[in-house]
Amino acid sequence: MDWVIEARDIVKTYKMGDFDVQALRGVSFQIERGEVLSIMGPSGSGKSTMMNTLGCLDRPTSGEYILDGESVGEMNDDQLASVRNRKVGFVFQSFNLLSRLTALGNVELPLRYAGLTEGRRERAKAALEAVGLSDRMTHRPYELSGGQQQRVAVARALVNDPAIIMADEPTGNLDSKVGKEIMNLLLNLNKDRGTTLIIVTHDPKIAEQTQRVIRLRDGELDLSAEENGGTKK
Amino acid sequence: MTFLQALLEALESLNGNKMRSGLTVLGIVIGVAAVIAMLAVGNGAQASITGSISSIGTNLLFVFKGNDTGGGPPGANRGSSSGNNDRPLTLSDAEAIADPFAAPSVAAVAPAIQGNGTLTFGGEKTTTTISGVTADFAPVRNLELSEGEFINQEHELGHMSVVVLGPETADTLFGHHDGVVGETVRIEGQPFRVIGVLVAKGGGSMGSEDKNAYIPFTTAQARLIKHGSRDEVDVIFAQATTAESVTQASDEISNILRQRHRTPIGDDDFTVFTQQDFLKTFETITGVLTIFLGGIAGISLLVGGIGIMNIMLVSVTERTREIGLRKALGARKKDILLQFLTESSLLSLVGGIIGIVFGWLIAFIVGKVATATGNNFTPIVGTDAIILSTSFSAAIGLFFGIYPASRAASLEPVEALRHE
Repeated sequence: MDWVIEARDIVKTYKMGDFDVQALRGVSFQIERGEVLSIMGPSGSGKSTMMNTLGCLDRPTSGEYILDGESVGEMNDDQLASVRNRKVGFVFQSFNLLSRLTALGNVELPLRYAGLTEGRRERAKAALEAVGLSDRMTHRPYELSGGQQQRVAVARALVNDPAIIMADEPTGNLDSKVGKEIMNLLLNLNKDRGTTLIIVTHDPKIAEQTQRVIRLRDGELDLSAEENGGTKK
Repeated sequence: MTFLQALLEALESLNGNKMRSGLTVLGIVIGVAAVIAMLAVGNGAQASITGSISSIGTNLLFVFKGNDTGGGPPGANRGSSSGNNDRPLTLSDAEAIADPFAAPSVAAVAPAIQGNGTLTFGGEKTTTTISGVTADFAPVRNLELSEGEFINQEHELGHMSVVVLGPETADTLFGHHDGVVGETVRIEGQPFRVIGVLVAKGGGSMGSEDKNAYIPFTTAQARLIKHGSRDEVDVIFAQATTAESVTQASDEISNILRQRHRTPIGDDDFTVFTQQDFLKTFETITGVLTIFLGGIAGISLLVGGIGIMNIMLVSVTERTREIGLRKALGARKKDILLQFLTESSLLSLVGGIIGIVFGWLIAFIVGKVATATGNNFTPIVGTDAIILSTSFSAAIGLFFGIYPASRAASLEPVEALRHE
């Protein structure tokens, strides 16, 4: 199997004053390249911690996490930044665009941190075209609708041609019609480019559209749910 | 991220909050302008004073009564340290110094007595220093006449009532300083015929001959300036043979006077000042003045720098989420560090450049005002001051930017993204 993600016995502990709080208590799973997957769970289940770990925003306390062939656990901050830059595209619930920059400038941002000096504009334009925003490139975020802003964010996530796209409640701030458009956009990108898509959500309607659902409960995989065995729908 | 990109981003970001950036820059502008202007005024004062001292003559020595080795300006504490037991300088002291065998390094000697007197001509009147001098005075002091002649031995021997005027005194009395030879002015009510007018030397109020009036030594002694002893003089001017022999001449004069006054070494009742002593003294004074002014101005620059730090800290807090996002997109620590350092340095650099222009303007205006009020004084904006304040303000931007920037750079991406 061609695993893009291999997580083995991931434990994440936070210090809360004198107490150690275990957010993840030994989670193991694999994700196949090109898969569309959702992570679900009630709040406090370790969902966000899971996303931060998979997105290389944070290191696991113990356990092994291999993203696209690179072991993340032992990396320092700058190496992690580089992995995020090359292998992970983020789509956030609240878009997180920089209001000073145009749509194009926002999409260019990951390319800047990749150290690219040439061809940035072209690649950013291509990404914006891929999300259907070729006529809004020089607009700033506040001149765009919510759906358009999220499209810019999607373009930004895919501009570096990452191994995985992490979407954290991507439709959470959008009405259902626009949310559907964004979901279709993400699913089409997965179909066209084969980019692995991981969606963190608590919306069953979103989870339904994915091939597999990982459910978390109290920092562990919820084995009572039938989807959690690597089986595909 | 290249430096150019960082610069462009910093410009964008600062442009996004014009009011705040402008006010922050203002702090640096005021600081740098103050440093530039203050150093310019200090340097100008120094140049003005040393210039007027140099115009007195290069190989000149002054001998005063009283021990004045404290280093202050001549006469500042004359008679204060040793009380009134000091023996006054006398004409015979001057004659002894003039002896070419006892003092081979001394070329010429000119004793003088000085006092204040009121000169009147018609309705005009001015009070100034009246010096009773000998014929040697003009060459020793490097004086030149714009018209007429200086006091000669004939005037001295005849106790004649003649006067040589400084150009400013002539201007005050006559409204002009040419064609006044032959006029008669009154000094303390006594008529004196004007026989010459000096060439203007300029310089500050210190040591300028332009305001003085000179009369024959014998005349002054007999009729105008009263001293306890008839023989007493206030100051002896001596000219060394060359500029290099000034120190030697000073030693020779000291030896002669010690013998004549019977004082042991280290307990002199007279003081020999050389031109170099004067220059050194005043350079010390103006140097301290410049450092003092510059230091005060430097404090305002420091305050400006703290303003930068303050604003950058606010900015980092405000943009925590942005920093988190940038980190999520792959920004390394040094990228964030560079971004915020560029912003703070840009603030201080722009402030520095505007400050230099402002400081220059202030110095220029001070110079204009000084000229308009009759003081010959030009503030000098030196390249050293410009380099100093530019590099100082850039350093301040860096220094006060480092803390906020490193705070931004060390934010945890997860925490920063969660920040509202």
